[in-house]
Amino acid sequence: MMGRIFQYTVLFTATLFFLLPVYLVVVTALKEPAAITLDTTWQLPQVWYWASFVEAWTAFLPKMQNSFFLTIIATLLSAILGSLNGYVLAKWKFPGANIVFPLMLFGMFIPYQAVLIPLFQFVREIGLGGSLWGLILVHVVYGLPITTLIFRNYYAEIPDEMIEAGRIDGAGFFGIYSRIVFPLSVPGFVVVIIWQFTQIWNEFLFAVTLVSSPDQQPVTVALAQLAGGEAVQWNLPMAGALLAALPTLLVYILLGRYFIRGLLAGSVKG
Amino acid sequence: MRWLKNRDTLYGFLVILPSLVLLGIFVYVFIFQTFYTSLTDWGRDPAQALALDPQLRFIGLDNYRELFTGFVDVRFRQTLVNAFFFTIFFILGSLLVGLGLAMVLDRSPRGEGFFRTIFLFPMSLSFIVTGTIWRWMLQPEGGVNRLPTLVGLPEGEFAWLTSREQIWQVSWNDLPFITALVVGAILIFIAIAAFRGSENRRAWIATGSAALLLLWAFTLGRNLQPLPYDEMHGFNLAFIGIILAAIWQMSGYTMALYLAGLRGIPEELREAARVDGASDWQLYRRVILPLLAPITLSAMIILGHISLKIFDLIFAMAGADNAPTDVPALLMFITTFRANQFAEGAAIGTILLLLVAIVIVPYLYSQLKSEVRR
Repeated sequence: MMGRIFQYTVLFTATLFFLLPVYLVVVTALKEPAAITLDTTWQLPQVWYWASFVEAWTAFLPKMQNSFFLTIIATLLSAILGSLNGYVLAKWKFPGANIVFPLMLFGMFIPYQAVLIPLFQFVREIGLGGSLWGLILVHVVYGLPITTLIFRNYYAEIPDEMIEAGRIDGAGFFGIYSRIVFPLSVPGFVVVIIWQFTQIWNEFLFAVTLVSSPDQQPVTVALAQLAGGEAVQWNLPMAGALLAALPTLLVYILLGRYFIRGLLAGSVKG
Repeated sequence: MRWLKNRDTLYGFLVILPSLVLLGIFVYVFIFQTFYTSLTDWGRDPAQALALDPQLRFIGLDNYRELFTGFVDVRFRQTLVNAFFFTIFFILGSLLVGLGLAMVLDRSPRGEGFFRTIFLFPMSLSFIVTGTIWRWMLQPEGGVNRLPTLVGLPEGEFAWLTSREQIWQVSWNDLPFITALVVGAILIFIAIAAFRGSENRRAWIATGSAALLLLWAFTLGRNLQPLPYDEMHGFNLAFIGIILAAIWQMSGYTMALYLAGLRGIPEELREAARVDGASDWQLYRRVILPLLAPITLSAMIILGHISLKIFDLIFAMAGADNAPTDVPALLMFITTFRANQFAEGAAIGTILLLLVAIVIVPYLYSQLKSEVRR
C-alpha cells in the first residue's frame, strides 16, 4: 500500500514537472499583452485573447512553409539513400565495409562546429549559399550516418535465405532490392522518416549559419529571433513556440512508438 | 555464380559510393580544413578577414597557445569549465530522473502509456522551443520563483539565468594538476575492477598509466604555470536553470533506455531473487541495477557528447552574448561569425571535436567490436 502511494506520488510530481511549462506557454499565449505581468504569471487569462495566435500565424506561416519544404525533401532523400546504403552494408558487404561503416557513423557524433567554416565556404562556392537548397544538401549528407545505421540494422533481420532465394530466381542486386527488400521496408522507412523529420525540423545551428535572408528562414531561426530581443512581449513568442512545436509534437503523439524506436537506434546497436 | 555475386557486390559498392564520397568530404576533408585553418592567422588582420581570397600566414599552434594561456582568452577557459560542470550535472540529473521514472513505470501502474507519453514528449521539441519556454519560466520576478506563492510560501529569490554568482573556484594554474589527479584516480579504479575480473593485461596497462600520470602530476604538473597569475574559474550558478531545462528535455530519453532495459530482464530472474528472500531494495541493488550498467554507460556517453555540443538551448535561453552561460560551441559560433576571427573559431571547433572524440571513438569501437563477435 505504501509502495502504491509512493509510486503515484512520484508519477504525479513528475507529471507536474513535465507539464507546468506547457501550462505556462498556453496561458501566456492566450493573455492580452497588457495582462502579462510577472506576478500574475501562473493565473489563467481573464479574457481569452486569440489574436496572438493569429499574429504568430501570419508571421510564421512563410517560415513554416520553408521548414516544411526543407524538412520533407531532406528527409525523403536521406531516407532513400539510407535505405540503399543499409541494404548494401547488410547484404552485399564489399571488402573494407567493416572499416568504412564506423567511419560513416562517426559523422553523426561530431560537433558540427568542427566543420562549420569549410562547410560555409563550400556551400557558397557551389552557388547554394544562403538558400534552402544548401541547407537541404547539408541535412541530407549529415543525415546519412543515422539513416544508414537504422536501415542496416533493420535489414540485418531479413534472413539471408530470402536473398539467396531471390538470387536463385535470377534476380540481381537491384531486383532483390525492389522485389524482396524494399517491400519489407515500410516500418524501417516510418522510423527513419519520423526521426529525420523531427531532427531537421528542430535543427538550428546549420539554419542560422547557412541561411541569411529572412524569407528563406526556417521556423527555429525565426522563433529564436522573435524571442531573443530584450524587451519581449511574451504572448507572441509563446504562441510562436506552440506553432513551431506543433508538427513534431503531432508526429510524436500519433506515431510515438516509431519515434521511440528511432530514439533507441541512435545509441548505435539498436 | 561466383562471378554474378561479385558483379552484384560491385553494384552495391557503386550504390554506396556517392554517400561515402559526400561524407568523406563533409566530415573528414572539412575537419582537416578546419584544423588547417586553426594553424593560420585568418582573422587577426581585420583587413584580410573578409577578403574573398585572404592572405593567410601559417602560425603553428599559436591560436591554441593563446586560448589556453593568452591574457585575452579568459572567456574560452571559462567555457571549458562551464562545459565540464554542465556535463556532470546534466548527465547525473538525466540518469537519476530517467531511472526513477523507468523503475516506477516498470511496475505497470495504471495509465502507464499516458505517463510515458508525457515524460517523453519534450524529446520531440526543438531546443529552441524548450529554450524559449524555459526562458520565460525562469524570469527572476515571475515563473518558477512565483510558484511557492501559490501555496502561500514566500517568493523565490534566485536570479536564475541572470545570476552572476560563481562557486567552487579553482585557479587555472592548478587545473593540470587536479585533472591529472582525477584521471589518475579513475585509472586506478579501472585497474582495480580489471584485477577483480582477472583481466590482467588491461589491469596492468591501467596501473602503469596511472603511475606515470601521477608521477608527472607530482613532479612537473605541480609546478606547471600556464598563466603568470592566478585566474579563478568556477561553476556559474546561472547554469542551474539551463541544466534544469536540459534535464526536462532529455530525461525522457534515459527513461526510454532504462525502460527497454528493465523490460528485457527476464521475469524468472526476479522470481528467483524473490524466492531466495530478497527484498525489493535488494532485488534492485543486487540484481537489476548491475544488469542495467551497460545501459547507464551508453546513456552517459550519448548524453555526454550532447552536452559537450550544447548550443541551441543556451542560444535560446540566455542569448549568444551572455558570458556567464557561455559554452565552447557557442563561443566558436560568435568568434567565427560575429567577430570574424576564423582561425581562432577553427581552433575552438577542433578542441571541441577532440573532446567529443575522446568520448565517442572508444564507444563506437567497443559497440562495433562486440557486434562482430556476436
